[in-house]
Amino acid sequence: MNDMLSVSAIKNGTVIDHIVAGQALRIIYLLGLQKNNNQVTIGLNLPSKRLGIKDLIKIENRVLTEDEANEIVIFSPVATINVIQNFQVVDKIKTHLPSVTHGVFVCPNHLCVTQIEPISSYHYIHEQGKKISLICHYCEKEFDRDQVKVAV
Amino acid sequence: MSMNTLYTKDIISFTDLNTEEVQLILQTAKKIKERCVTCSIQDKLIANCFFEPSTRTRLSFEAAIFRMGGKVIGFPDDSSLSVRKGETLSDTMRVIAGYADLIVIRHPRDGSARLTAEVADCPVINAGDGANQHPTQALIELFSIQECQSSINGLSIALVGDLKYGRAIHSFIEACLMFDVRLYLVSPELLILPDSICDKLKKRGVRFSFHQQIEEVIPKVDILYITRIQQERFTETEYQLIQSKFILTANMLEKAKKNLKVLHPLPRVNEVALDVDHTPYAYYFQQASNGVVIRQALLALILNEELP
Repeated sequence: MNDMLSVSAIKNGTVIDHIVAGQALRIIYLLGLQKNNNQVTIGLNLPSKRLGIKDLIKIENRVLTEDEANEIVIFSPVATINVIQNFQVVDKIKTHLPSVTHGVFVCPNHLCVTQIEPISSYHYIHEQGKKISLICHYCEKEFDRDQVKVAV
Repeated sequence: MSMNTLYTKDIISFTDLNTEEVQLILQTAKKIKERCVTCSIQDKLIANCFFEPSTRTRLSFEAAIFRMGGKVIGFPDDSSLSVRKGETLSDTMRVIAGYADLIVIRHPRDGSARLTAEVADCPVINAGDGANQHPTQALIELFSIQECQSSINGLSIALVGDLKYGRAIHSFIEACLMFDVRLYLVSPELLILPDSICDKLKKRGVRFSFHQQIEEVIPKVDILYITRIQQERFTETEYQLIQSKFILTANMLEKAKKNLKVLHPLPRVNEVALDVDHTPYAYYFQQASNGVVIRQALLALILNEELP
């Protein structure tokens, strides 16, 4: 019974809901959740009235910064981010697509200078309709958001 | 008196330049060529840093520097450098920036010139970074087109060859966005223009179409800009098949407009047959010689606050 409760609700922390199905694992890496000690619950391909199916992430004892919340929008523009205190939603973090990211992604271009130099990647975020792409500040190549890997 | 906005400016990508700056460079180059002005960069030291071999770009920069009384240090390849010992490009370029008034860099990595501009405290000119940009070459193309056709606006221009990886092509297309031109994109399927650049053309209202043979477009265009297709991107059989469609020979020009001019950034391998050299359409050697005046104009404008 306790195990079931820990999956369905968190006491304090953050719930990221309405994640586009298939993007939850990338968000895990984006937030570095795989390498800290916070308890994390992931739901994949859950039924959703709005999206058909969705992913969901619950993070115990961590509230996201505004920048972290905005970076999630790159992968999941309609995600909702709720701050939980004592099992209640106390805040909804408003998000917007960031215009740039620093050190978040690895440039997929193998010939990009960021692949050999000890420098942070730097991408401009470009939104055209529903299409979100990233343009490398250095090599100037444009990539679909599904082509970029999160820097680990 | 108008300001020289190019003074101390880095020239990394064609998008770093606005239309007024491009016009200023072209006008200054014209004045230099017609000997209407004398530009000097006396007492200025330029570091010509070529991490990969180059003939025309390196020598035309050197010629431009010497013609204006400047001095040059540098290297023609990376064989003697500490990068071979593991030194980062950032450290190498930061050190060189301490020796020189301006850096010219060619490097096989995309984005290396942008990185250099960030670490160097002197202006930087990109002389070709991997498959990314070659902005000074695009300026040579614009200058040559203006010279042989009087104006760039209203022209039909065919871009032939490797439109996917060719850095000269990428910079030239950025340059075309500033003008009212019609583009014919002629390349093998494997080397078509990247989607992201096609999107830019659409967004700016530049008309363009795709073609797979040079002969289709010859009667329609004023400029035929041919680039090399690198054999290593294909199997031997593919290359033989493709090559035959992208070689320009003199007899293919029978239906050409009278004012057509053929451009090529050089070096050519066999994509422009030698018999084209003897036709009135060939303009690639004049284009190559324009490399010196364009680079003179750039260096003069970047290193002198006063307009020439």
